[in-house]
Amino acid sequence: MSDAANHGETNFAVVNHSVPRSDGIAKVTGSATYASDITLERMAWAKLLRSPFAHAKIRRIDVSEAKSQPGVIDVLTGDDLGPLHPYYGHAVKDHPLLAIGKVRYVGEPVAAVIAVDELNAQEAAEKIKVDYEELTPVLGVDDALAPGAVLVHGMDYIGGAFRGFDDFPGGKENLCQAVHVEWGDVDAAFASAAHIAEGEYYFPMIYAYAMEPYVAVADYDPKGQLTVYSSAQHPFMVRHDLAEVFDLPLNSVRVVVPYVGGGYGSKSYTKIEPLTAACSWKVSRPVKLQLSVEEAFLTTRSDDARVRIRTAVDREGRLVAKQAIVHLDTGAYAENSPMVCRKAANRIVGPYRFPNVRIDCLAIYTNTVPASSYRGLGAAQITFPVESQMDELAHKIGLDPQQFRLRNLAHSGESIHPGLRPIDADVPGDIRLAAQTLQKNGPVAPKHGRSVCCSCSDAGAHPVTLAMVQVYADGSASVLSGSTEIGQGSHTVLAQIAAEEMGVPLEKVRLVGSDTAVTLFERSTGASRTTTLMGRAVMEACREAIAQCKVMAGDLLSVPASKLKEERGGIRHGKDWLSWPEIIERYFQMEGCSIIGRAYLRRAGPFKSVPVFWEIGVTGVEITLDEETGKISLDTLVTVGDVGLAIHPAMTESQDIGAATMGVGIGLFEELIYEGQQLMNGTMLEYRVPRFSDMARKIELKLVENRDGVGPYGAKGGGEGSVNPIGACLANALYQAAGVRIRRLPLTPERVWKALQEQKTRPATAAAESSLARKEKPAKPRAAKIQVKAAPAPAARANGARAKKTGPHKRRVSKPKRKS
Amino acid sequence: MKISFDLNGTPTSLEIEARETLAEVLRSRCRLTGVKLSCESQVCGTCTVLIDDLPVSACTYLAYEARDKRVTTIEGLAGGVGRLHPLQQAFLDNFAFQCGFCTPGMILAAKSLLDQNPRPSDEEIIAYMSGNLCRCTGYLGILKAIRQAATELQGIGKGNRRNRE
Repeated sequence: MSDAANHGETNFAVVNHSVPRSDGIAKVTGSATYASDITLERMAWAKLLRSPFAHAKIRRIDVSEAKSQPGVIDVLTGDDLGPLHPYYGHAVKDHPLLAIGKVRYVGEPVAAVIAVDELNAQEAAEKIKVDYEELTPVLGVDDALAPGAVLVHGMDYIGGAFRGFDDFPGGKENLCQAVHVEWGDVDAAFASAAHIAEGEYYFPMIYAYAMEPYVAVADYDPKGQLTVYSSAQHPFMVRHDLAEVFDLPLNSVRVVVPYVGGGYGSKSYTKIEPLTAACSWKVSRPVKLQLSVEEAFLTTRSDDARVRIRTAVDREGRLVAKQAIVHLDTGAYAENSPMVCRKAANRIVGPYRFPNVRIDCLAIYTNTVPASSYRGLGAAQITFPVESQMDELAHKIGLDPQQFRLRNLAHSGESIHPGLRPIDADVPGDIRLAAQTLQKNGPVAPKHGRSVCCSCSDAGAHPVTLAMVQVYADGSASVLSGSTEIGQGSHTVLAQIAAEEMGVPLEKVRLVGSDTAVTLFERSTGASRTTTLMGRAVMEACREAIAQCKVMAGDLLSVPASKLKEERGGIRHGKDWLSWPEIIERYFQMEGCSIIGRAYLRRAGPFKSVPVFWEIGVTGVEITLDEETGKISLDTLVTVGDVGLAIHPAMTESQDIGAATMGVGIGLFEELIYEGQQLMNGTMLEYRVPRFSDMARKIELKLVENRDGVGPYGAKGGGEGSVNPIGACLANALYQAAGVRIRRLPLTPERVWKALQEQKTRPATAAAESSLARKEKPAKPRAAKIQVKAAPAPAARANGARAKKTGPHKRRVSKPKRKS
Repeated sequence: MKISFDLNGTPTSLEIEARETLAEVLRSRCRLTGVKLSCESQVCGTCTVLIDDLPVSACTYLAYEARDKRVTTIEGLAGGVGRLHPLQQAFLDNFAFQCGFCTPGMILAAKSLLDQNPRPSDEEIIAYMSGNLCRCTGYLGILKAIRQAATELQGIGKGNRRNRE
């Protein structure tokens, strides 16, 4: 494979055009099939009984009454799982598919009733009697890390399919994962710095609300063949877990993923598939498990993040050092939080040149809903503090925040992380573009604020991507891809690439997948990787098919293949022109033939250097503040997608605005609220996501296409970047509008209003100055773990012991205790 | 109990249980899986169907309430296989969806809006459609699609709409 994915074309026939979506007709007519639409012959339904306690021993489960209910086929509990390997997890195998002996969060599945229909199963589940012995729950990361803390697990576990998590503490402490990133001499840099900003920030627990809740249909047949239809993002990772749980060879586990009704990270990796498959195994017939949205709230959330961070500059306003300690509340099971932890530790550096860095990122078990991937994978959590602090530091040294960023941003080709791929994007250009776009609004009016912020993510995940392209003699082609069509448009984009390469009409390209029995391995559909990696694989597979066709043509024309001139869609030799399909038909002398081109991408060649690409998020906002109510309104939203080449410009823009809108939700109102061990707002009646009326009045979606990515034609991924900087944009714009600095999301009207009231009681000069400055004192350098455990107790956190009378959004207002 | 109603233009009689919701009946008995279920609490609008041309959350609407009424689902909007309603075409043209899960409900809510108000302003579109959630698109494509469909259905100018971009 050559390094050159970029042919240098500027006139594309199919790619770089906003062609009709291949799934479009199906989706607007209601004929698109999702996993929730699948029913099988003899299919039974499962319903779950969930734990009412955050931490308890299960003494006994009495299922006798439930089993005798009408329509009930059987009941599955942890006691039935002996013949299986019931613990799964791709990072750490700590997650039993049903509680075994112990429950670790309110809402954990304890038993599954399998009945002929859903209602019978539901009613019978209520007849199960469980005798619990309550244990002290571990709530909040400080509780979890306190000396002598109760242990959430206290068991030994082994690593999963991922490599690199072998240093897992093994459940013998509540620390699930610790990542340390360091270079330079941080202590010396802080000691000699001209200015330092330091602060503590909090990013809340978030629910992704994919509108299709988790669903799986499993058929474990008597011959030991397991087929699972699922809403999973990563079918091959699910296959791995299923094969291990049931001790089956990979060819006996088939995971089929039809259209997926949104994921945003929340459908990454394995969720309810092992449990559904175990139900089918128990009753020897197909079983469907369809969760409700309320149950989805109890399945996966994002890690929240408490971030203590300090940043130092020299006299010229150049960044010299960063130090941060990040505490992630990972909940009861590791899920993908070890990776969130690792990525947050990398991504907290941002797209800036830092000669000295020390980051400690800790993922911590607590007795709450398990946290896992959320769009941005750790980047949203840490970009809020990073980009808030950049503004705070700029104000402190008297520089315009944008000038301060531009002075310190890494340019294309510069390295920001020792040993990693140099920056393959034009971040300064992106920032300027966003700022210029906002400037078209004219001077900033009173009670208005603007901000442009950025993020920089090591994206693409591990590059192992295999693809096949089947080219038929009739001029059609199929792309066999393990990438999931989750709405991002991968089926359209991959078809575009195949049509571009093979010179066949787009309508004649069909996407097949995801189906692990049919398509080759693709590690995952996430980390914005599909266009870059699967797109590149499809392109390479087409080129391999073309190479085969050229050999065939050489044979047919009795000339060496190297003498044949390739023209889009076929070859020219003298006055002969043969299309690829014609060559195939003439070579085999048979209608209906096809050939397969294939590509195996791995961490080699152009993908040797990691990350696969740097995903840049650049967004700008202008807000209006209603000082009377504290309500922030979004006037203007600007996104900049630095994507190398937009294979499909309209869908690329749609990804950016979609991600930014999720960022607005987190920035302004989304937050999961725990009171003690109980999640208080786990329904869509109480959990507020962005609505039509929350749209910015003016929206500007910009694409930057410098063809600087490693994907096809210089493309890079997008779709996650724009979620990350929005929180900081809003907080910084609020500061400009009213002089208050809030270091906790979301910026609810109540929280903003309180900050404004507090500001009125302070001396005027304090208003414009960040409260950070008052906190500033040289922090003593400490070893990460010691520092973590000795860290002063922060303000009570979302799932800590909060008195009921305290309103949900009350405590986290940044409330500097002024002595003056 | 037995109920009769008009389903997508076809007289339909079904034996149902009193406790069944319209969404359950349409999805499992009629196999109209274009009716999607999400929040099941009348917040998200995903399960929107039209009853006598007005939008209803089928997740909480008991099936027996549809007796002798006209029920329209996404499958029946265009009035025939292979045909597209101008709203469906506009959603395609404007990339007004990604995952597509909210799309049937979104299109049917928009149909009801344009039935009642053929020339809505942007503010009217936004106010009317705020009961339908979309997590993918940020709503902009949907707004554009509804504008386009309004224009096409009217065959007249842009009216008093105020552009948002």
